Amino acid sequence: MSVMTYIGAIGAAQQEAMSADPRVIIIGEDVEANVYGTTGGGKQRAEQGDFVQQFGKNRIRNTPISEEAIVGTAIGAAMTGLRPIVDLSYSSFLYMAMDQFVNQAAKNRYMFGGQSSIPVVFRSAMFYGLNTGAHHSDRPYPMFMNVPGLKIMAPASAYDAKGLLRSAIDSDDPVLTFEAVPLWGAKEEVPDEEYRIPFGVARTRREGCDVTVVGVSGSLPLALQAAEDMAARGVSCEVIDPRTLVPLDTGTIVRSVLKTGRLVIAEPAHRTCGAAAEIAAVVADKAQHALVAPIKRVCALNMQVPFSPALEAQIYPTRERIVAAIEAVCADQLNAENRRVG
Amino acid sequence: MKISEKLARETLLEMQRRMLRIRLFDERASKMVKRGYIPGTVHTSIGQEAQVVGACMALKSGDHMTGNHRSHGHPIGMGSPLGPLMAELVGKATGVCKGKGGSLHLADYAVGSLGESGITGSSIPIAVGAGLSAQVLGEDRVALTFFGDGTANQGVLYESMNLASAYKLPVIFLCENNFYALSTPSHTVTGGRIVDRAAGFGMPGVRVDDGQDVMAVYDAVAEAVDRARRGEGPSLVEVMTYRFREHSEGLRINVDYRNSEEKQFWTARDPIVLFREALIAAGIATAAEMDAIEAEIAQEVEDCASFALESPDPEPSVAFEHLFTDAYDLEDVL
Ligand SMILES: Cc1ncc(C[n+]2csc(CCOP(=O)(O)OP(=O)(O)O)c2C)c(N)n1
Ligand SMILES: [Mg+2]
Repeated sequence: MSVMTYIGAIGAAQQEAMSADPRVIIIGEDVEANVYGTTGGGKQRAEQGDFVQQFGKNRIRNTPISEEAIVGTAIGAAMTGLRPIVDLSYSSFLYMAMDQFVNQAAKNRYMFGGQSSIPVVFRSAMFYGLNTGAHHSDRPYPMFMNVPGLKIMAPASAYDAKGLLRSAIDSDDPVLTFEAVPLWGAKEEVPDEEYRIPFGVARTRREGCDVTVVGVSGSLPLALQAAEDMAARGVSCEVIDPRTLVPLDTGTIVRSVLKTGRLVIAEPAHRTCGAAAEIAAVVADKAQHALVAPIKRVCALNMQVPFSPALEAQIYPTRERIVAAIEAVCADQLNAENRRVG
Repeated sequence: MKISEKLARETLLEMQRRMLRIRLFDERASKMVKRGYIPGTVHTSIGQEAQVVGACMALKSGDHMTGNHRSHGHPIGMGSPLGPLMAELVGKATGVCKGKGGSLHLADYAVGSLGESGITGSSIPIAVGAGLSAQVLGEDRVALTFFGDGTANQGVLYESMNLASAYKLPVIFLCENNFYALSTPSHTVTGGRIVDRAAGFGMPGVRVDDGQDVMAVYDAVAEAVDRARRGEGPSLVEVMTYRFREHSEGLRINVDYRNSEEKQFWTARDPIVLFREALIAAGIATAAEMDAIEAEIAQEVEDCASFALESPDPEPSVAFEHLFTDAYDLEDVL
């Protein structure tokens, strides 16, 4: 095992995949100079050369600032023999290529009756909470969950980011990654040998029996902190990271709620029609009889993102907001606990 | 019309066969729409056969092509068999896309047809991607994308042309200029000439003024293809042509946006008649031989229609296949 950062794990997964298969290429704006830190750099660049040195400019390519053409070209290349990884840098830029995601990547295999397979990975990072203002801070993964035919991963740790990205590159279907920039520096132990994490399998990060807390992407560490706070107050939280949103491991979440009877979901996307809304609906459908309290969502407010540091933080889920939601659904228990302590 | 001396007799006759296939297939499709056998929207390429076939015949096996909403001619031009295409239009299990694409979304990977597109312009970068894979993998193939004069005003075309030119990709951008985008005369919404836009991207732009002449189209596209194969990058070919029928079958537009003089001028330049006469005049084939070819294709179209109509409907469960390549939980779908 060695310790890796979240962003280092992404770079390492790309390097392994590039070495393993000559059909894998990386295209995107500024990938040759490793501007976003996942195409060789830091220690790697010094010790083993950067990606351009290692793999050549035929396979590591800067693109023009043309998201629609970049995405469409990658889809066409994937349909004809390559396995491109497209670095779109900011998730906010995905909108520029919406037609290609929705009408080509998601539909071609289906509407051509299975003639095409489209092994392409579209990587993007959600730069939220960093005072980049309304145009650069988006967390748009729910929009893409609404499009059948796209697989979506949203890892919350280095280990998951690396293993999921390898599976994404192996996949013969289009995959969108939504990486959490606030987690870029977060470290975790990662196996030294190559490994893959299957899509559609949630990771239970903490076992508990009083309330299920689902944390998506950057909200997962906050959910773990909130669970820690609540443990001190006698509430036992089970914290689940779905890791992939399409496919979504509803089974693990439903089983947990059947045990705990309570559900809080935290995610950095806007509340309306978000992943939390989908998870809440599934649980209401499949585990309603077990629920002893309403389901609570802790999401980004239905509000645009303001620039000022004095304004921005209140938009996204925080440890405190997650604690408050857990308190609300565990009121009975907390009262009992207070009586016992008092 | 000057018959190319470089082309074998069989190739020339195959061109006429493919043009006839498009004509008779689309005429039959039009009738089947009217009689209610084909649901949905259908756009014919009647009148534009030379523009389609001249381009497709300049490609060779292994090359790729993407198309648009005027969609039947392109796969037929690439050599796709008619039965599964017609069955697709009718929505049958034997359709080339298993009944899941329909007229607007034909694709036949066996002949390099990567897909037509109901969204105008959307399939243009797909062809650029096919060019990119050829370049990265060092494979000797090119990709051609068809789009209309109306679609030439979509931004994705210019992102695609720029990217293809910067990377020197083996791509041919083929604009089918039939003077109209649905009811809108092209010149009223288009600044300058489409062909001139090539220069802005550092690629050759060629305009074929007589797109009813299959030889002229073939020559222009063949040159662009040669250049692409030599690794010299993409080209834009604009072909001036005319659709003989309404924008789509069954569409009734109350405004007479195309005057009868113009229509007469172009219908008198029927690409199939012109090529037939030129082949006979050049001594390549006799009138009787051309008649035989026409009868042969008429029979093919007859057969494709019966095949389509007699084929079974797809099983309802087919609607839930092909979302992903690997197994997925149908509980998430239904
Ligand atoms: C993105 C998009 N916008 C509008 C349409 C509706 N539409 C379909 S065909 C067409 C005209 C296209 O004109 P042109 O590109 O010249 O092709 P033509 O029909 O003349 O062959 C329009 C507006 C569409 N299908 N897709
Ligand atoms: Mg037109």
